[in-house]
Amino acid sequence: MNGYDFFQIFITLLILVVASPLIGKWMFRIFEISNSETGLTHKFESAFYRVAGIDPKEEMDWKHYSLAVLVFNFIGFVFLFLIQILQSKLPLNPQGLADVSWHSAFNSAISFMTNTNWQGYSGESTMSYLTQVLGLTVQNFVSAATGIGVVLALCRGLTQKSSRSLGNFWKDLTRSTLFILLPLSFVFALVLISQGVVQNFSSYSQAVGLDGISQVIPQGPAASQIAIKQLGTNGGGFFGVNSAHPLENPTPLSNWMQLIAILLLPASLVFTFGEYAKSRRQAWAIFIAMGTMLVVGLSASLVAEYSANPVLGHAAVMEGKETRLGVTNSVIWSVFTSAASNGSVNSMHSSLSPISGGIAMFNIMLGEVIFGGVGAGLYGMFLFVLLTVFLSGLMVGRTPEYLGKKIEALEIKMVILGVIIPSAAILIGAGLSSVLPVALSSLSNKGPHGLSEILYAFASAGGNNGSAFAGLNANTVYYNLALGVVMLIGRFGVILPVLAIAGSMSLKKQTPKGPGTFVTDSPLFVVLLIGVVIVVGGLTFLPALSLGPIIEHFLMSLGRSF
Amino acid sequence: MIKIVVQSLRTFLALSLIVGLLYPLSVTLIGQTLWSHQANGSLVERNQKIVGSELLAQKSESMRLFWPRPSASDYGSIPSGASNQGPTSEALKASVQERKAKGFANEMLFASGSGLDPHITKDAAISQLPRIVQARNMNDNQKTALEEIIKSSIEKRDLGFLGEERINVLRLNLKLVDVFGR
Repeated sequence: MNGYDFFQIFITLLILVVASPLIGKWMFRIFEISNSETGLTHKFESAFYRVAGIDPKEEMDWKHYSLAVLVFNFIGFVFLFLIQILQSKLPLNPQGLADVSWHSAFNSAISFMTNTNWQGYSGESTMSYLTQVLGLTVQNFVSAATGIGVVLALCRGLTQKSSRSLGNFWKDLTRSTLFILLPLSFVFALVLISQGVVQNFSSYSQAVGLDGISQVIPQGPAASQIAIKQLGTNGGGFFGVNSAHPLENPTPLSNWMQLIAILLLPASLVFTFGEYAKSRRQAWAIFIAMGTMLVVGLSASLVAEYSANPVLGHAAVMEGKETRLGVTNSVIWSVFTSAASNGSVNSMHSSLSPISGGIAMFNIMLGEVIFGGVGAGLYGMFLFVLLTVFLSGLMVGRTPEYLGKKIEALEIKMVILGVIIPSAAILIGAGLSSVLPVALSSLSNKGPHGLSEILYAFASAGGNNGSAFAGLNANTVYYNLALGVVMLIGRFGVILPVLAIAGSMSLKKQTPKGPGTFVTDSPLFVVLLIGVVIVVGGLTFLPALSLGPIIEHFLMSLGRSF
Repeated sequence: MIKIVVQSLRTFLALSLIVGLLYPLSVTLIGQTLWSHQANGSLVERNQKIVGSELLAQKSESMRLFWPRPSASDYGSIPSGASNQGPTSEALKASVQERKAKGFANEMLFASGSGLDPHITKDAAISQLPRIVQARNMNDNQKTALEEIIKSSIEKRDLGFLGEERINVLRLNLKLVDVFGR
């Protein structure tokens, strides 16, 4: 590492620290401003609601809100599935790409609907332009907006005076999509084009190189999808190799802007919560806990990647990395994306050092609460916040309360469900796949790295991340179905408990702060919160990790290869 | 329930129209107007024929040209790919040793992430110099001129601090060909 690297990391973190509170506040105003005050956009918004048949004044309790989330997502799934298996009969398919196989279409439809963006396929050889824009790009937007909606419902439930209503899902969805994600993506997409990201609907170009060897140059509406792919913590690549592809991430500058875009909205939403709670300090406590884990993980990962690999006789191995980005930007990306539930990669995680790959995996296994997915990261973190408050309450023998609302048996049951369901899906799926012959035949690496491939795949699916140790051939009937189901469990197995907590907390009365109240905006709370996140994640996944990346690290140190 | 299904359907279709069609089409329109070269794949033309994209490495077997980094997909672009070999991979170890034996240096020992990495470092370019000098029977003056071409091809870090210094192999080869012929 050199001075430029440290400077880049410093500036990046500084930008996030300065911009997040401002954007968080801006988003709060957009979400909560009354319908008549939206000025210029008011007419457009009202017209949209008329077309959609929505009454924005309708209030939803937690069951109504959940149902709206589920039905809307199901329709998105069906639509995306159909567009894939019918694409050869539909327009905007200049390459004449065939219909996607039913199992791949099933997997990808769930993947994009759940904001996972796991990809068993390569876009340039599989998806028509129509599927990319009308299918995948749409889900990039609305899956992110769904996550935002759920966290808004939870914020309202935690902070408002006793009420049955958690807001209106249609309104949250519409405002997130059209007034936050769309304008940001629009500007970002244009900036990406200026850097060299392709944006057209032409057929692929044919070139004959200086050596006389012909080459196909892929084209397509990439920039518009990549902008929302990063801002919405989706991560699904327009091209198969994702953000390593020079037409998807052409310059170090495009790489840096995407890095910021990946964490920008998840970090800002913490401060949107601060507005709901009418307490910046509560938001800072969560932000600092997330930021600390991010910086520690990043530091460890950088040290590991710059250390020597005795097997290859090299330090800072460039396998699977791009020259323009180098080692530092590859490592930052792997840490940011695994923290943030963004499945994009700008280097191949499978070729990272065992510890760096392991840190990416561990970030995902923690539930992606280190800023996490748009909305999803924060509502996941709230599960740990409630758990921390509960454990602290147990230790001192007081009724635990958060923001003046008592935490009782129902909430804790739901918290535990929300933590256990995705973890169980990951471990059971990975466990089964490490013995089933049909699963093992997809492996490309031997030794502990083979187990890491499987473990990473299920962690990525269960955590709705989407990145991969891509040596694993996942475009098989078995993995398409197994990972598809795990993605569903990992998404809605958390969303439903979270909305149940939101509904239950919302009904509770706020009690004024007393001398016995456990404060949740102190440094002590930050330390406890980090401790709970690490201990829960560690206890759940350490045995599995020790058989994968950890043992591989020690064997690598001994010079063993497989 | 039926009401929710209808609302979902209508909201979904209305949003799809806006973010799935209007958005990508208007981005395309503006992008094509302002940055047509970039939006169309940064294509490089010589004599009205496309010779490649500035952003994509291309396969080269000629001893007379600079080579890009190894590609696990053999520079195929539909789709491209990486080796995905892990840090304790026997196969990767063998590949690295093989490339070392061929005289490759630095990042040229390793296959890139995209399989289409258009850049190499200055050191990797200089390491290819003896091969090209020999293949083209260059004299000392020509060799010095080629060294100058390499030096002038170095792209600095973006904004002075982002990413790595690098050389675009296609642009370098074009300069080489312009001065010394194919």
